Amino acid sequence: MTLEELAAVTTSQPVLSLSHVSKSFPGVRALHDVSFALYPGQVTALIGENGAGKSTIVKILTGIYVPDEGHINVGGKVQHFSSPRDSWAAGIAAIHQETVMFDELSVAENIFMGHMPGGRLIDWRETKSRARELLARIEADFDADAPLKTLSVAQKHMVEITRALSHDASVIIMDEPTAALSRHEIDELFRIVAQLKAEGRSIIFISHKFDEIFRLSDRWVCLRDGEKVGEGMTSDVSEPDLVRLMVGRPIDQVFPKRDIPIGDTILEVKGLTNATEFADISFTLRKGEILGLYGLVGAGRSEVMQCVFGMSQATRGTVMMEGKALTIHEPIDAIRAGISYVPEDRQDQGAFLPLGIRENITMASLAGHVKSFLLSGASERTATHALGGRLSVKAAHWEQVLGELSGGNQQKVVIAKWLATKPKIIILDEPTKGIDVGSKAAVHDFIGELAEEGLAVILVSSELPEIMGLSDRVIVMHEGRIAAQFERGKGTGAAAWSAEAIVAAATGGPLQEHAA
Amino acid sequence: MSDPSIQATASRYTVADRAPRKVSTVLLRWESILVMMLAAVIIGNTLKSPYFLDPFNLADATYNFSEKAIMALIMALLILVREIDLSVAAIVALSSLAIGYMGVAGYGPFALIVTGLAVGLLCGAFNGFLVTRSGVPSIVITIGTMSLYRGIAQVSLGDQALTAYPQRYLDLGQSYLLDWPPTPLSFFLFLVLAVCFAVFLHKTAAGRQLFAIGANPVAARFSGIRVDRIRLILFTISGLLAGLGAVLLTARIGVMRPNIALGWELDIITMVILGGVAISGGVGTIGGVVLAVFVLGLATFGLALMNVPGIVINVLLGLLLIISIAAPIIIRGQSGRR
Repeated sequence: MTLEELAAVTTSQPVLSLSHVSKSFPGVRALHDVSFALYPGQVTALIGENGAGKSTIVKILTGIYVPDEGHINVGGKVQHFSSPRDSWAAGIAAIHQETVMFDELSVAENIFMGHMPGGRLIDWRETKSRARELLARIEADFDADAPLKTLSVAQKHMVEITRALSHDASVIIMDEPTAALSRHEIDELFRIVAQLKAEGRSIIFISHKFDEIFRLSDRWVCLRDGEKVGEGMTSDVSEPDLVRLMVGRPIDQVFPKRDIPIGDTILEVKGLTNATEFADISFTLRKGEILGLYGLVGAGRSEVMQCVFGMSQATRGTVMMEGKALTIHEPIDAIRAGISYVPEDRQDQGAFLPLGIRENITMASLAGHVKSFLLSGASERTATHALGGRLSVKAAHWEQVLGELSGGNQQKVVIAKWLATKPKIIILDEPTKGIDVGSKAAVHDFIGELAEEGLAVILVSSELPEIMGLSDRVIVMHEGRIAAQFERGKGTGAAAWSAEAIVAAATGGPLQEHAA
Repeated sequence: MSDPSIQATASRYTVADRAPRKVSTVLLRWESILVMMLAAVIIGNTLKSPYFLDPFNLADATYNFSEKAIMALIMALLILVREIDLSVAAIVALSSLAIGYMGVAGYGPFALIVTGLAVGLLCGAFNGFLVTRSGVPSIVITIGTMSLYRGIAQVSLGDQALTAYPQRYLDLGQSYLLDWPPTPLSFFLFLVLAVCFAVFLHKTAAGRQLFAIGANPVAARFSGIRVDRIRLILFTISGLLAGLGAVLLTARIGVMRPNIALGWELDIITMVILGGVAISGGVGTIGGVVLAVFVLGLATFGLALMNVPGIVINVLLGLLLIISIAAPIIIRGQSGRR
C-alpha cells in the first residue's frame, strides 16, 4: 500500500506527527530522518529490533531528549518539548517499560502527582473522588487509597493509564506494557486499550510479541538502525513481512532443534527444599542436554535456580555435580564449580551501568585475567572482543559506559559476562524476555550452540513455544513443586509431549480447562 | 569440546577498541581539573608569599594533612562501595587514649604503636561486623559508634590529658625520616600507601570488584563477588588506618586530650569528595583523591601563611567543595543534554 492510499484510508487529521526527526549520541546515530503520523482512535504499533530507535522516539515524544533535527507537530502546531512537563501539557502520556512511580504513596497521589487538585493546599477530597471516578472508568478493581506498593505490576499499569487519563492525554505511549503480565492481565489491558481507542485517543504500542501486534494495532511503523523502513495498515501485512523488514533479512522462526548426543549426568539435585518458596525439587541434568523449566509467574522456578546458584540457602536437599556433592554457600562457589546463572532481571541483577563494556564482561571471570597479581588489560580486551563480537554488541567502542547502550545491547553484555566464566552448566532465566525477534532467533541459535559445545543448559522460560522448541526435556513447576516431567516426543495422555499437557500441569488443573 | 568464549563469529557491527581521543574529554576529566586547581594554588601562593616554596616550610605543611590523607585513602574505597565511616576521628581518639595509657604505664615505642594499631583495627572490625550483620546503613551505624568511641575517651579522661611518652616515640612524629628532601614519616607513609591503594584499586581483580559493588551491589553478588566480606575488610582497614593516624598524631603533638582529632571525619570526607569519588558509588580514582589532598593541604597552608584566620579558611574550603561538586554536574548538563 502506498502512502497516498494510506492517507485515503485514514480520513481524519493526524493527532501528532513527527517530521524528519534525527538524533545522534556520541558515536551512535539513534534516529535518522524519521517521519510518521498518529491518527485519532487508532493503535499504531512501533516495531523494530532492540536499538532500532523505538525508545529514542518515546523519549523524544515525552520531552526527555531534544531532537537534533526535525520537529514534532501536535494538533496542527509545531511543538518544542524541552521537558516532560511540556509533553504532558501537549497531551502525550507514556506508560513505561519499567514503571516509575512512588511506591510509598497512595494510588490517588500517584495519579495526580505534579497536578494535584486544589490551590496551594491539596484538596484531598477532590483528589480522591476524581481518582475514584477515573479508576471506575477503566473498571479497576482497587481503591484510590491503596498504597501503590500493595499493587501488582498489572494494577500499576492501570494506575499509569489512569494518570494519562487524568491529563486527558490524546496520545498514550505503551512501551512493552505486557512484558510482566499474566495472560488474564493482558486481556484486561487490551480491553482498556479498546476503550481508549473508542474514546478517540491515539495509542503507540511497542511490543516484541507479534500476536499482540496483530490483535491490537491498526497501523504499524517499522524502524531499523534508526531509520523508518516501512509503515502501513496491520490488516495488509503478514508476520514474515514484518520480520523481514525489522531484521533486514529473512528469519527462520521455526526452532531448529539440533541433534546433539546427550552425555553423562552432570548435575543431580535431590529433595531441594526451602522454607517458603519451593519443596522437594529433584532433577538430573546431562551434558549436551537442554532442560526446560516451565511454570507460571510465581511458581518458584527462579527461586530454585538461584538456590542452586548459591544466592539463597536450601533448608534441605543435596546438589551433586559430576558425582561429587557440592557445598554452595555463595555464588562464587557455584561459579568455581562451573555453574553460571543469567538472571531474569538483567538490568538490576546483572548490569553495572556506570562501568565500561569491558569491565562488565570480565567482572565474573576476573581471576582468569590476572597475570602476577595484576589484571592484564590485553587479556581482558581479547575476551571482550571475542564475546562482544559473538553476541553482536552494538557500541561505539569497548570502553563505552554500559549505561549509554540500548537495553538490548546491555542484555547482550550481561549474557557475555556469564559466558566469560566458561561454565559447564548454564542456567538461563527468561533469556529472550523483552528482546526482539532478530536477537531472539540469535539467542535460540546460541542456546543450541552452547549445548553442542557440551554445556548442559537449563532454560527457564514462560514462553511455551520456546521451551518446547528447544528443550530435550521439560520440567513443569506449580506452586513450588515439580508438577510433571515431559520428554521430547514421548508419553501419552496427560504425560504426552504436547502444549496442552504442559500448560495443564503448570496451572495445576485438568486438561480440558485449558483448551482455550 | 571447543571453548565457547573464544570462538568468535563475525559481528554485524564494528566496535572500536577505545574512545576516540579528544582534547575536550581529557580536559574535562576531573583529574585534569584538579591538576589545574593545584597549579593555581601553587602559583597563587608563590606570588603572594616568598616563604611558600621553601622545602622546609612545605615539609612542615604536610604534617597538617598527612594523617588525614592516609585515612582519606580508605575512606575513598568505602565511599566507592556506597559505604561511609563517620567514626574514624573517634577511633583516632580511642586509639590515642590507649597509646596514652600505655605511655603512662611506661611501655616502649613498639608497644605503643602496636596498641594504637590494634585498638583501631578492633574498632573498625566492630563497625564492619555491625554493618554487614545488621543491614543497617553504615552512616547510621558509624554515627552510633562515633559517639560510643569518643564517649569512652571522654568518660575515662574527663578534662585530663595524657602526656607521658617515651622520647623515641615522640621522635617518630617530630623529626624527619629523610633529611633531604625533608620528609616527615607521616608524609612518607601517605605516599607509599597512596601507591599501594592506587595499584590495588586500579590494577587488581579485588579492586575492580569494588567498582562493581559501588555500581550495583545486587549484580555484584550475582557475579560471585563476596560483597559482605569485602565490606567487613574495608571497615576493618579503615579502623586500622585510623589507628595509624592516632599513632602519628599522638607522637606529633605529644599529648592526648578527649577532643583530639575532633571533626576530622568531615575533613577526610571533603578530601574524598573533592577527589571525584561519587557519593552514589562506583566512580572514583586514587589519583583524584591524592590531588585533592594536595589542593586542600596547600591551599590551607598558603592561606595560613597569609595570616588568614582558621575560621575563614574553613569557609573558603567549604565553598571550594560545593563548587567542585556542582561544577561537573553543570558542565555535564550543558555539554550533553540527551
